[in-house]
Amino acid sequence: MASESLIKTSKYTKYTSYKKISYRSFFVGLLLFIVVSLLFIVMFNAYSGSSPRTDFHEPVNLDSTLLEVVNLKSDARLSSARVSNCTYWDCFNVYRCGRGGHDKITIYIYPLKDYRTESGTPFSQFSKEFYVILDTIRHSKYYTSNPEEACLLVPSIDTLNQHSFSKKHVSQALHSLKYWNDGENHLIFNMLPGSAPNYNSVIDLNTGKAIIAGAGFDTWSFRYGFDISIPVYSHTAEKIDSSQPDQKNYLIISTQLNIPKHYLEVLQNIASSSNDLLLLDKCKMDSDRIDYSKRCEYTTGRMFSYPDVLKEGMFCLVICSARLTQAVLMDVLASQCIPIVIADSVVMPFNSHVDWNRISLFVPEDNVKNIVKIVHSVSKERRGELYWQLRWVYDKYFASIEKMTLTALEIINEKVFPLAARMYEDWNMPEHIYGPVNPLFLPVTAPKAPGFTAVILTYDRVDSLFTLVKKLVRTPSLAKILVVWNNQKKPPPPSSEWPVINKPLKVIRTKENKLSNRFFPYDEIETECQLTIDDDIVMLTPDELEFGFDVWREFPDRIVGFPSRLHVWDNVTNSWRYHSEWTNQISMVLTGAAFHHKIWSWYYTYKMPAEIRHWVDDNFNCEDIAMNFLVANVTRKPPIKVTPRKKFKCPECTNTEMLSADARHMSQRSACVDRFAAVYGHMALQAVEFRADPLQYREPTAGVPQLYPEIGAL
Amino acid sequence: MLIDLNDPKMQAKKRYVLLILSCAFLLYCFFGGHPLKSEIVQSSRRDQLPTFASLEELSEAPSHLQRQPDSNAKPCRMETCFDFSRCGNDPKIYVYPTEGPISTSYRKVLSVVRESRYATKDPNEACLFLPAVDTLDADPLSPEHVPDVESRLLRLPYWKNGRNHLIFNLYAGTWPDYAEGALGFDPGEAILARASASETIFRDGFDVSLPLFHKEHPERGGVPPAATANPFPAPRQHLLAFKGKRYVHGIGSETRNSLWHLHDGNNLILVTTCRHGKSWKDLRDERCDDDNREYDKFDYEQLLANSTFCLVARGRRLGSYRFLEALAAGCVPVLLSNGWRLPFDERIDWRRAVIWADERLLLQVPELVRSVSPERVLALRQQTQLLWEQYFSSIEKIVFTTIEILLERILAHRSSRQREALIWNATPGALGTLATYGDSRAHFPIAAPAPPAPPASPAPPAPLPAPSVPLASPPPTPGNTFTALLYVQATSPALHKLLANIASSEFCEKVVLVWDSERAAPSLKSLARVAGDTRDPLPVLVIDATTHYPGEGVSARWQPLWAVSTAAVFSLDGDAPLLAEELDFAFRVWQHFPERIVGYPARTHYWDEAKGAWGYSSKWGGAYSMVLPGAALVHRGTLALYAAAAPALRLHVRRARNCEDILLNCLVAHLTRRPPLKLAQRRRYKAPHHRYRSSWSDPEHFVQRQSCLNTFATAWGYMPLMRSILRLDPILFKDSVSTLRKKYRKMELVTS
Repeated sequence: MASESLIKTSKYTKYTSYKKISYRSFFVGLLLFIVVSLLFIVMFNAYSGSSPRTDFHEPVNLDSTLLEVVNLKSDARLSSARVSNCTYWDCFNVYRCGRGGHDKITIYIYPLKDYRTESGTPFSQFSKEFYVILDTIRHSKYYTSNPEEACLLVPSIDTLNQHSFSKKHVSQALHSLKYWNDGENHLIFNMLPGSAPNYNSVIDLNTGKAIIAGAGFDTWSFRYGFDISIPVYSHTAEKIDSSQPDQKNYLIISTQLNIPKHYLEVLQNIASSSNDLLLLDKCKMDSDRIDYSKRCEYTTGRMFSYPDVLKEGMFCLVICSARLTQAVLMDVLASQCIPIVIADSVVMPFNSHVDWNRISLFVPEDNVKNIVKIVHSVSKERRGELYWQLRWVYDKYFASIEKMTLTALEIINEKVFPLAARMYEDWNMPEHIYGPVNPLFLPVTAPKAPGFTAVILTYDRVDSLFTLVKKLVRTPSLAKILVVWNNQKKPPPPSSEWPVINKPLKVIRTKENKLSNRFFPYDEIETECQLTIDDDIVMLTPDELEFGFDVWREFPDRIVGFPSRLHVWDNVTNSWRYHSEWTNQISMVLTGAAFHHKIWSWYYTYKMPAEIRHWVDDNFNCEDIAMNFLVANVTRKPPIKVTPRKKFKCPECTNTEMLSADARHMSQRSACVDRFAAVYGHMALQAVEFRADPLQYREPTAGVPQLYPEIGAL
Repeated sequence: MLIDLNDPKMQAKKRYVLLILSCAFLLYCFFGGHPLKSEIVQSSRRDQLPTFASLEELSEAPSHLQRQPDSNAKPCRMETCFDFSRCGNDPKIYVYPTEGPISTSYRKVLSVVRESRYATKDPNEACLFLPAVDTLDADPLSPEHVPDVESRLLRLPYWKNGRNHLIFNLYAGTWPDYAEGALGFDPGEAILARASASETIFRDGFDVSLPLFHKEHPERGGVPPAATANPFPAPRQHLLAFKGKRYVHGIGSETRNSLWHLHDGNNLILVTTCRHGKSWKDLRDERCDDDNREYDKFDYEQLLANSTFCLVARGRRLGSYRFLEALAAGCVPVLLSNGWRLPFDERIDWRRAVIWADERLLLQVPELVRSVSPERVLALRQQTQLLWEQYFSSIEKIVFTTIEILLERILAHRSSRQREALIWNATPGALGTLATYGDSRAHFPIAAPAPPAPPASPAPPAPLPAPSVPLASPPPTPGNTFTALLYVQATSPALHKLLANIASSEFCEKVVLVWDSERAAPSLKSLARVAGDTRDPLPVLVIDATTHYPGEGVSARWQPLWAVSTAAVFSLDGDAPLLAEELDFAFRVWQHFPERIVGYPARTHYWDEAKGAWGYSSKWGGAYSMVLPGAALVHRGTLALYAAAAPALRLHVRRARNCEDILLNCLVAHLTRRPPLKLAQRRRYKAPHHRYRSSWSDPEHFVQRQSCLNTFATAWGYMPLMRSILRLDPILFKDSVSTLRKKYRKMELVTS
């Protein structure tokens, strides 16, 4: 009833003062709505701020100028002292991790605060480098704004330089952190640890169970598998570019200014008797100020500009001084000068993952006098390896604070999620120098018992296919035949028409007529070896196939097969050419009849550059060349041709029409070789002059029976 | 804001605009304010901040104040507890004479070291000392435990608080706490090679971590890897397996006690039993009967062979026998042993071969192993086989690896070089390379290419005092030329013919002629080329073995490696009838197989059932297993290894004045696990009508070689030789095509 009357009144008023009233009520209503909703949001936020059930957290703001001032009472509790025998297993709470997925830790940064002593004086500075560290974490994939789901927590108190904070007060401040819990799962960054006179090799701070990402650890203070060793950042290094002089003029250069006296004397002795060592010191200026961009030779006083002089050295000295690691190490790395590290028991930056033996020489402190002799004994090859590695490693891990921070985080991440770990090669071997890793690296002769699976790609040549199947089954080691039926328009013949054979045979119908189908790693291929064979290759004898399989067993990571081809460089067109003449060399074995490991099919389908796979499917050609490139590129080994067999085409096919088609075919295949070489960036194929024959091939059978009697000619 | 809302003059549009603006402002204040504001501030704030340290602080020199002495003693490191001055260029180990009771395992350890090339009989030239006091088992409850270790160690004449001593220990601590430190003696400054070491007690860079091995672990030889097949993806029946006993109570029991949660009887087989010890029934818990029933359903060997991953859970101590068993079976170990330092982890990169799980996250193990990609499984499994074969399959290998690690530290201290990580973790491994041989992988017989030397190869300014000994580095592999290393006992027409052929070879760089005869050595400086060949005469170096290497006999043939400046060494008998074509073809092939012996004369071995011994034959059928280095290419580094082979074997060759070629074949096969490569059809490598010594028709010679073969097989503990069925021919070899097409024409005419 009430509603009825309401409708009536509204109808009535609507007609008389429609505009005025609706305006007013609309605006008043809107205003009320806004005010109420604002109030609600504010209330909700205020309420949720204290609630643990919230899922909204503000990311840490590194740039706010108005920081909350925290005055620490002078008698506030200190955090407990560093636990010196911490391991990942007993000081790290792994249950906190795993909320960022199965391969990623989460890191929380405490909000910035302005810590002061009771009297109101600040006791630590906030440096640019620390800002960048926090900023890197803040923008990394690991960051979380929710302290409850954080695996690692980073206090936002700058502890990089031991001189610039008060030990006692920072320890108090750490203890006052909300989630400190004796430092569990906390990460403390430090670059300059210790102070005079003892110069501890680890930051003098009560860090409890916190992980320390620090520079200058020695093997005693470094907690194996727990702490992270990082480099001392150098401002100078960041400005050094990657250019190199044509010639390195000096064998060994020392530019460090803080070499301890007893080593300096030894070095001065060497420098005075040998041209191999360029020993530089600060330049003697009128004023007391040191010009850090200049260095002068000890005896002659010749002036060099720093850090440019480093690039002229093949080897550069980095000697432990007050602290074990030096900022000059970064300058040396950036200048692509091979560092000679003289610091016993030092823990090198990221030593758990970066292999320093690949980029530096370590000379024991009591062997400094022999330094020239040691450097002379470094072979040319090793010098090359060290040199080429240097800049790559520097660019990857040390070139900026961001990279150092991310590397440190990745190392922790790998500790928590070992499956996400990258392998030694990924960390230390630039692929442009060493090439990819061979997935079949175990040097074995593959077992004979499992046999091989024949994969026949066919379209509609049923007669030829049946002949081939009948022939194949006579090979003793054949385990199974897989027919890949590439014709979508026509179904394969019914099972009643197939030849009766004593080996399993399976037909797979493909969805699309693609050449790459022959290299799909079908689950039906249960042997490690597969024989890919065209449906018209019916001339191979069982002995030849069995021998081919036996040869493959000795070289299981290569393509082993019958039809061979060669690539040659054409000086006229300045491009690679495909060569099918019978020559003294081969560089490809065509997969019209070849054995290879199933992993290569998997590589072909999933790891080969997509560009090549598309090219093959678009042009309906060159899948065999692509396979040869793929295997040669990964293994850096040539394929192996077996037996003299060379003719694979039917003799009656030599009419003129075929010949012109042949010419087109050849030019297309030349284009393939050229293009694939371009995609890989180098010519992966290698030409060889040998083929594999049975041991008794063409030998008079003097009573000894032949193991493979039926090896056909040509 | 909206006070004049009632004003009739107010235009509707204005009101809307005002409203929208005010709303936008409110929204902006609420949501957008922060980011906009901070973006402006960001760059300026970052630049205003001070740097963390000034240049003065970065180059801080040690202060003049005295360092305060450290209050607590630091654990040993090589720098502090090892006397490097005792070790020269060729560090040796002195093994004390045995006295008192010794367990079988430790007897094997001692005998392996005593018979190795590392051993010395003179304690004064020793760098390392190995006490003959059995320290393997420090658990007093164990039957193998030897008492009084402490006092017997102290009585050792060179003990000196253990300095430069090496102590092996497999079991430390005893029931109930199994404390790692409880060795029953004070090792002092001795290096501990210990199993089950934990991260806390391990002296990093000083101690060596060992695998736990059985009493029955073979002294030499050892089981070859079980999983030689590498099917992809791995078609194993089970995903994860474990079968073992569990301790119901006490240290280290929690992990194994909770394994039953993961068992599903099909994919994950984790079965435990409480049946061990005499009084298990008193201690058993409510699950024991169920567990025992499941336990009896599965066979351990079958599980190992049929599962992809094998759990290696800690027992009372951190290490467990399961580790080596899983490695041997090619079952990827999944570690549940928090804080365990894995065997030889100083040099072996275990990331390639094991999966780390966390005892605290036991229930996540199934998910962990399921998420390993098939490609990674393939790599992991191959690596288990590689490591098992190279470092763990026998006590000899375990002990040698320990010694190699120590010797490498000494070498690194002396000459700042050590084998790189990839040599340790790939073939041929550290035991297959000499640490002193080269300093780059390019020097070793590894086919992978090395990066080029820097473009600005420094022409070092002439040093005033030349380094006292010019340390020549070995040549890079494979190189473009070879050195012909001839072993000649007499001049003959065949030798002259061979020298002429070598002179016309395309790739020969130098001839080194080892002259082993009472007659005066020929004075030959170079070989003239054939007419039309514009190259310089080929340099020849004649080395008189009777004066340089007296009494060495045939063993001297590969000793003058100092004269060889190429990685490829063509080892030739003086009367080998090889053609220049054959020399060149062999080198072309060898460049692709630098780790193998590549050559012409092949021989085979066979098991003679009647005699119960190995037989040696030159009449092969379809397979061969040796290529004799009377006409074969060998890597220089391999010949250097031959010189460092076990002393007893080399002594055997020296006494027999024979069999050096068999020994080399066995050695290469043992190290690379690959057969040699035979080329083309040639069988004979001696001139057919030899006037001086026709050893081939001499049955005694044959018998001697047969006995050599058996001696070597015994010494290695197994028959290292491997068979091959193929030979490598030139591409158009004996094909019915025009000879004009063929590159190697004369080779075809060689029939036998």
